[in-house]
Amino acid sequence: MGAERCAVVGVGQTKHDSCRADVSIAGLVREAADRALAAAGMVMDDIDAVVIGKAPDMLEGVMMPELWLAEALAAAGKPVFRVHTAGSVGGSTAIVAAQHVMAGIHKRVLTIAFEKQSDGNAMWALSVPMPFSMPVHAGAGGYFAPHVRSYIKRSGAPTHIGAMVAVKDRTNACANPYAHLHEPDWTLERAMESPMLWDPIRFVETCPSSDGAAALVLVSEDVADSMDVPKAWVHATSMRSEPTMFAGRNQVSPQAGRDCAADLWRKAGITDPASQVDVAEIYVPFSWFEPMWLENLGFAELNTGWRMVEDGVTDLRGGSLPINPSGGVLSSNPIGASGMLRFGEAAMQVMGVAGDHQVDGARTAVGHAYGGGSQFFAMWVVGAEKL
Amino acid sequence: MSDDVLRVRTPIGVDYGWTAGPRSTAYLQGLIDGKLLGKRCPTCTKVYFPPRNGTCPMCGVLLGDDDVEVGPAGTVTTFCVVNVPFLGQKIVPPYVAATILLDGADIGVQHLILGIDADKVRMGMRVEAVWKDSSQWGPTLENIDHFQPTGEPDVEFTDYAGQL
Amino acid sequence: MRDIAVVATAHSAVTSTTETPVESLVPVLNEVLANAGLQRSDVGFWCHGSCDYMIGQPFSFVQAVDALGAWPPIVESHVEMDGAWAMYEAWMKIATGECDTAVVFGNGKSSSADMFAVMALQLDPYTDAPLGLDQVSMAGLQARAALDAGVISERGMAEVAARSRRNAMTNPHALVSGEVSVDELLAAPRLHDPLRMHDLPTPGDGVSALVLAAGDVARSISDRPAWIRAIDHRIDAQRLGGRNLATVASATEAARRCGVGDGRIDVAEIHAPFTHEELLLTAALGIDPSVTEINPSGGALVSNVLMAAGLARVAHAAERVMHGTADRVLAHATQGPCLQQNLVCVMEGE
Repeated sequence: MGAERCAVVGVGQTKHDSCRADVSIAGLVREAADRALAAAGMVMDDIDAVVIGKAPDMLEGVMMPELWLAEALAAAGKPVFRVHTAGSVGGSTAIVAAQHVMAGIHKRVLTIAFEKQSDGNAMWALSVPMPFSMPVHAGAGGYFAPHVRSYIKRSGAPTHIGAMVAVKDRTNACANPYAHLHEPDWTLERAMESPMLWDPIRFVETCPSSDGAAALVLVSEDVADSMDVPKAWVHATSMRSEPTMFAGRNQVSPQAGRDCAADLWRKAGITDPASQVDVAEIYVPFSWFEPMWLENLGFAELNTGWRMVEDGVTDLRGGSLPINPSGGVLSSNPIGASGMLRFGEAAMQVMGVAGDHQVDGARTAVGHAYGGGSQFFAMWVVGAEKL
Repeated sequence: MSDDVLRVRTPIGVDYGWTAGPRSTAYLQGLIDGKLLGKRCPTCTKVYFPPRNGTCPMCGVLLGDDDVEVGPAGTVTTFCVVNVPFLGQKIVPPYVAATILLDGADIGVQHLILGIDADKVRMGMRVEAVWKDSSQWGPTLENIDHFQPTGEPDVEFTDYAGQL
Repeated sequence: MRDIAVVATAHSAVTSTTETPVESLVPVLNEVLANAGLQRSDVGFWCHGSCDYMIGQPFSFVQAVDALGAWPPIVESHVEMDGAWAMYEAWMKIATGECDTAVVFGNGKSSSADMFAVMALQLDPYTDAPLGLDQVSMAGLQARAALDAGVISERGMAEVAARSRRNAMTNPHALVSGEVSVDELLAAPRLHDPLRMHDLPTPGDGVSALVLAAGDVARSISDRPAWIRAIDHRIDAQRLGGRNLATVASATEAARRCGVGDGRIDVAEIHAPFTHEELLLTAALGIDPSVTEINPSGGALVSNVLMAAGLARVAHAAERVMHGTADRVLAHATQGPCLQQNLVCVMEGE
């Protein structure tokens, strides 16, 4: 590969909340961007290019909003690039931003992802009626719940696994000042009593709807070497896509995810992910997706991901592979930003700046995002050292 | 200041036309006539119902012209019980939303299961279409009111596991 | 930086299609792959440019994957931008060494709604968008600013329209073409003063696609690849009252960074949906109309497939190099209100 090295030198995010009525969309985006720049010791004048990602424009009712946001970001005169790959967009946007550096085109790139769902009407935006289908889904939970049922049937997982993941993530979120939900009182017993919204998915096992933004500053090797700030070196990136529906599709563990992970490990020189990765931020909007993605990513053998959960392997304290120390999507879900939060949290872990949700001694971390009908995957591995 | 304007409401409206395309048109016309018509991929021969975008997503080719009638019975591959009310919902919860592999089709279709208690619905259960009165039919899958159990024995998991 | 070239192109455009956007993609992708002699499984990367608001459906691009034959899974991405920026992403991807080939496509369905009205939704949602200022009115503001500044004339605008329609006679994908006199055009009434009907784009439904390839792979596909010597894109602040509409600063900056002025440009394909925009851009990009052939395809005035029209400019310019009828060409793409964002690409033969 002819790619240049690239490092994350600044991570910023907003306080995520159900309604950030105190800021406009532009204010929300600036909040994350300013924090990332401050962490890198930079100002907007230092930035060569801006890469923006978000999920469907109809969520806020602004078409191609990066055009309007360019001024608020002080990006006039610079390149501004807009990525949209459904729910994986926060991850793929970070990857496209990194490619600006890896291709040798720019040396300092700011990337931002956001969603301000409270400014629009998400149910309207996502429920355009189509005459070829039956309106039975009742939102994303209704779409994914049948696949969770398939996983439970296929793997023989006990029904409390989803609740265990939920309690873990909600507890982790309490250590993350930016997380949307701060609910310290969850226990497994209480979680098991949480109402079934889309049986087999309980209310507590479901992500919230959030306003929020995330931003990263990515720089070339020479720039990074000249900077006296914590760094996360991008070891590998990968993306894969497959169609939403096709005959005989494995919707529990999609091939695109397995291929993406295999490519990622190969590029990062990782042969045994479960032992070589210290911490992973993976995109889990419904708690059952933690064991499902553990298998899809190759951290666990087929049908055994739930055992890692049950054995506490994925716990922040005492687990050998903490998953979602930030509290994950289950505790904050500004859709377009959720993937970049995973990528950014992975970077913060190897930079050693994750505060109360820091995994001790984290040197190698994974950021993961997926979108559409579990069909678009974006992943990266970051490390404390150059690869 | 207490009278600061923090939010304004600015409704916007755009009217769009939706193009069914020739392959979905045949499917929608079939529904008007009370038939479940899919299309076959000329390359891999899989039958798609509905012929959603007019292509075989695996092969990237246009589906064939010939109609392939599927159903009216099929197998529940997986399902969820919807207990949550939400804005714009057309069906009152709780209800069972299932993926049904219609006989003769190679991909499942989403629909409702009624005529059985929600907690009795099973993966592998055999079901059949219950149509609304033909006076209510239009170009929509909602012509089928719901699916109900046929009473046939359940299908073995291994026979539909490849559809999950 | 690796040598990367355009090696194949394909287009479709009609006034209004009865196919789904996915069905419309299949023949164009087949054609561009056939032109490159590639199978789907040979493609290293796919990149797509489109816009949900142009189709009227959230996640509309997701369905486009159904046209790609994405099994086994593929490396693929999407930009909510004109396809020209999808090409930029593909060019970057190849430059990193991750792949040697990419299929790039942009598509749109202008007939699905009143697209001039939809464009109002690109404006500041708190202050401007609720006013419903449509795209033609915005273009009228810019045309008036340029006329009043004395940098363009109504006759010059009509000359652009007449030349575009004449050039369109040899473009099979043009939706309007023919010989028409400038005086005839100027005799028509102003519909959106100062704009006349001939100043407006001809909307279309369709697809543009091209194949990018690196180094020897490009040479093995094409006898004469159109080598990308430079690409750059820049944005201006959007607010229409906050910039001089008689100039296009971001286009000038992109052209400077591409070294447009470093040599003769034989052909320039300029993405200008409105006549006055072509005049403003010609000046902003530093093109000399006396030496450069401008919009031999007829441009977006004769076929404006939204989200594909910018990529179509790259494809048409590259075709001239590949056909051996030009050595150094410029392609330009724009998006956003009043030429807010601009991309410039300079291509050459061997």
